[in-house]
Order: sequence, then structure tokens, then C-alpha cells
Amino acid sequence: MTMLHTVNKSPFEKDSLNSCLRLSEDGSSILLIEDAIYAALEGTAASDSIKDAMKTKKVYALQDDINARGVKDKVMDGVEQVDYAGFVTLVTEHDTVQSWV
Amino acid sequence: MSDVKKFLYVNRRAPYGTIYAWETLEVVLIGAAFDQDVTLVFVDDGVFQLTKGHDTAGIGMKNFSPTYAALGDYDVNKIYVEKESLEARGLTIDDLQHLVWEDEDEDWAEKDSIKVVTASELAEIMSQQDIVLSF
Repeated sequence: MTMLHTVNKSPFEKDSLNSCLRLSEDGSSILLIEDAIYAALEGTAASDSIKDAMKTKKVYALQDDINARGVKDKVMDGVEQVDYAGFVTLVTEHDTVQSWV
Repeated sequence: MSDVKKFLYVNRRAPYGTIYAWETLEVVLIGAAFDQDVTLVFVDDGVFQLTKGHDTAGIGMKNFSPTYAALGDYDVNKIYVEKESLEARGLTIDDLQHLVWEDEDEDWAEKDSIKVVTASELAEIMSQQDIVLSF
């Protein structure tokens, strides 16, 4: 079973991202949306946990949410940016989706 | 005028993910019309409100970030950003909008509105207010 995990809360305000990283299997996909895109930025207190996760999991971030927040130049290497169509594709490519709301 | 009070608005939320940032800005602008002594602070994820280059076309929400540039015209020119919050988020003041105000007492000289301060400096600023509104 392949799983897609979506996270929508800022890693600096809520613990959703850490829960997701702790409770997702290797080989699963994690899509950062809304305020969770801040987790994809370089040089933050959350950067290391994403870098660590990317060793065993695929990390995506929603481009429109990145652009809205003015941080597109700060997204770390290795995070794949997707648009809304890409979001839908990810959902169809995985067996189940868990939203860490 | 003796009934001017020191109002502090504390911004702790990122923009767009929730409505707090936008609503706070609305409250500040409304409050500014009452000629009070207004101070804004941005801490925690609130510092993300001030980043430059927002483009919200893709998420179907109003880009309210240009409104921050109007604060100077409302005599809201004491804007403090916590250094520690910026650093934890990989940001520097150069990532933030350049907000200015014009000083009437110095021939309308343009001055910076944003000051980056440490947590202890901010604690002191916060302790000197009459009214604190936190969002």
C-alpha cells in the first residue's frame, strides 16, 4: 500500500509535521500544502527534519502556496514542487491519503 | 490629549493559512483612525506576514500584503520584529518588505518603520503598553 500524507500546518506552530514524519513508512510521499510549505524552506529550525525525511520518503510542496507566501527562492533542493493538477495526480497514484490536519 | 492610550497588536500567525493575519490588519487600520499610540509586533509565524513578493493568484485569496506599506500613512510606524523568530525561520530583514513612514517634524523625512529586536527588548516594549491585543 502506498500512502500520500498531506500536511497543512506550519511546523513552527503545530506538531503535525513531526507526527506525520514519525508515523509514515519509508517510501511514502509527503505533500506540504498551505502553511506547511514553510517546512520546505532552507535554513529554518524545521529544515533538518525534512532533509532527514527525504532520505527515505518523497517530499512535495504545493507551488501555489509557496508563491502566495513569497518564499519561492528559499525552497530547499530535493523538494519537488507540484501544482494543483500535480496534487490530483499524486492522489490518484497512491492507494490512500492521510491528511494531518 | 490625555486619553491617548498605548495600543499593542501582537501578530503571531502566518498569512493565508488562517484568517488571523488579515483580520488583525483590518483591526489595526480601524484602530488607527482613533488617533491612539499604536505599536505592532511580529513574532513566531507572524514574521511571515511581512515577507516580500506574495503572489496569491494561484490560491484564490486576496493578496493583502501591499496594505502593510500603507501603515505609515496611518501613523503606524512602530513595527517590531523579533530577531529570534526570524532566525528560526531562515529569514533576515532583507526578506521583509521595506516599510517606511514620513516624519512630519523633520520635513517629512522618510524613515524605516520596522525594527528588528531581541526577545528581551521585545518583552520590555510589550510591558510598557496600556492595552495589548493578541492574535
